[in-house]
Amino acid sequence: MSVLVVLEQNGGKWNRMSFEALAAGKKIAEALGVPLTAAVIGAEALAREAAAYPVEKAFALNHEFLAHYTPDGFTSALEQLIKSTKIIAVVFPHTYQVRDYGPKLATRFGQLFVSDVVDVKTEGSQLTFVRQLFQGKLNANIAATGEPKFVSVQAGAFRAAEASGSAASVEVFTPQLDAAKIRSKPEEPFREAQRSVDLGAAELIVSVGRGIKEKDNLHVVEELAQALGAELAASRPICDNGWLPMERQVGSSGQTVSPKVYFAVGISGAIQHLVGMKGSKMVVAINKDENAPIFETADYGIVGDLFEVVPALVDAIKRAKA
Amino acid sequence: MKIIVSVKQVPARDSSLRVNADGKWLDESDLSFEMNEPDAYALEEALQLKEKLDGEVVVISAGPDRAAQTIREALAKGADRAIHIELEDDSTLDALSTARLLAKALESEAPDLILTGLQSDDLGYGQTGVVLAELLGFAHATIVMEVEPLGTTVRVKRELEDGWFQNVVLQLPAVLTIQSGIKKLRYATLMGIKKAKTKEVKTLPAAQLVAGTKAADFEKVYLPQRSKQSQILTGDPKEVAKQLVEKLKFEARVI
Repeated sequence: MSVLVVLEQNGGKWNRMSFEALAAGKKIAEALGVPLTAAVIGAEALAREAAAYPVEKAFALNHEFLAHYTPDGFTSALEQLIKSTKIIAVVFPHTYQVRDYGPKLATRFGQLFVSDVVDVKTEGSQLTFVRQLFQGKLNANIAATGEPKFVSVQAGAFRAAEASGSAASVEVFTPQLDAAKIRSKPEEPFREAQRSVDLGAAELIVSVGRGIKEKDNLHVVEELAQALGAELAASRPICDNGWLPMERQVGSSGQTVSPKVYFAVGISGAIQHLVGMKGSKMVVAINKDENAPIFETADYGIVGDLFEVVPALVDAIKRAKA
Repeated sequence: MKIIVSVKQVPARDSSLRVNADGKWLDESDLSFEMNEPDAYALEEALQLKEKLDGEVVVISAGPDRAAQTIREALAKGADRAIHIELEDDSTLDALSTARLLAKALESEAPDLILTGLQSDDLGYGQTGVVLAELLGFAHATIVMEVEPLGTTVRVKRELEDGWFQNVVLQLPAVLTIQSGIKKLRYATLMGIKKAKTKEVKTLPAAQLVAGTKAADFEKVYLPQRSKQSQILTGDPKEVAKQLVEKLKFEARVI
């Protein structure tokens, strides 16, 4: 019996979130008093690297059909590994890829996929998973029943495990896969045309979220950006609505930024947004909801109506610059 | 083309959340509800596919009585008929249990496509569509930005991380989870609202579909503890603006 952490790689490169999942897996394995193992799909060389981390064994899942990700191929491969090696908990990083096949795998075992957990509480061998609800406004403790347990770990929730210099054994596992049962054909990943706005290099960013309410109100934040000489950016819903172009979106599906100051105006602070701006040196949040998760990331917070606060701020900046 | 759209009714976005007396869910008495936004985009995509290719759009929703309002909204926007899985007033039903209900209710429907939002704004498991596909034996793709039906297959554009995308061709029938922003949302017209009243809504009590317990229960829900408190500037707008300018000038040195 062991706890299995599925490490993610892409074209021979690690997804760094994998090692945060490994840290979560280690905590679970210790609570349950069982060894920790790791699996790497379609990259034997990385499975050998994984053996240098504090695991008892690293599995290299190899098969020609695993060279490219498909939900059918990955699910079937892991299903066979889990069944043949008595796994009691499977831990994943909460990546886009895992979101695509993790729940499918758990369903094969009649189990709930406990997705996107921010913490694992242990009391003896009793596990409680903490998930965020309402985009981070509320937490829930969940006791998932049955085994094996399936859980994915939110980015940044655990400090990444480090290589321990151990030389765990590497076991090559070759699943049986049937081409006829792989029902999707992935094409080459691509990026859209070159972005004309590089927010990554901006020193000052004024970013706007749902709190702005209407497209016609955008001038309020545009004036702030202008007064500061800042780039204008937005959270996803603003770009979804077409109020600002997609290339101005900050977050997991948009740009990653690290300005000197990041103004989050009317942005509640869902994790998908936070991952894109957490590298900012100073974060200023203006939001009317004092419980908005953005106030956890902000250095300075103003709880108030942005339609009053922002114009006052524009005035004060203009005076300071005059 | 026959398309099922699975939608969920969730607390409205601006809701202030108050934990109820037993600490296991919210006090719903002062919440208002709306269609889960990603599901609204799934519905929009389905309606546009129907307009292009002809066929039928059937809406399904698992929820308590109040969900009937969200179902009517979907019908008013142009869905042809609906299935309401009536839950015993349970807002905390996990994704696996919900998908089991949906799968059972859809057994006799034989759709070409099932669309749903990539996640719900309340519980946010982000997996009901994937689990539903597995239970029905359908192929699936998540976080879909474009849908192009090609006869017995469908080509979709998936969003990956960091601005990457990927086209994937799937065999039909398939479940697609739709990313917000895929198309511009329509409003229901007056005519649509009128017509919706005459459209068929089949109600199925959840207990008749799947007997058994939930896969997971909330032990408690609570406002998160802040690990780092930001320094909250207080005063009227003028005062806070002045304090902030000081910080920008002397700490960040950007003015």
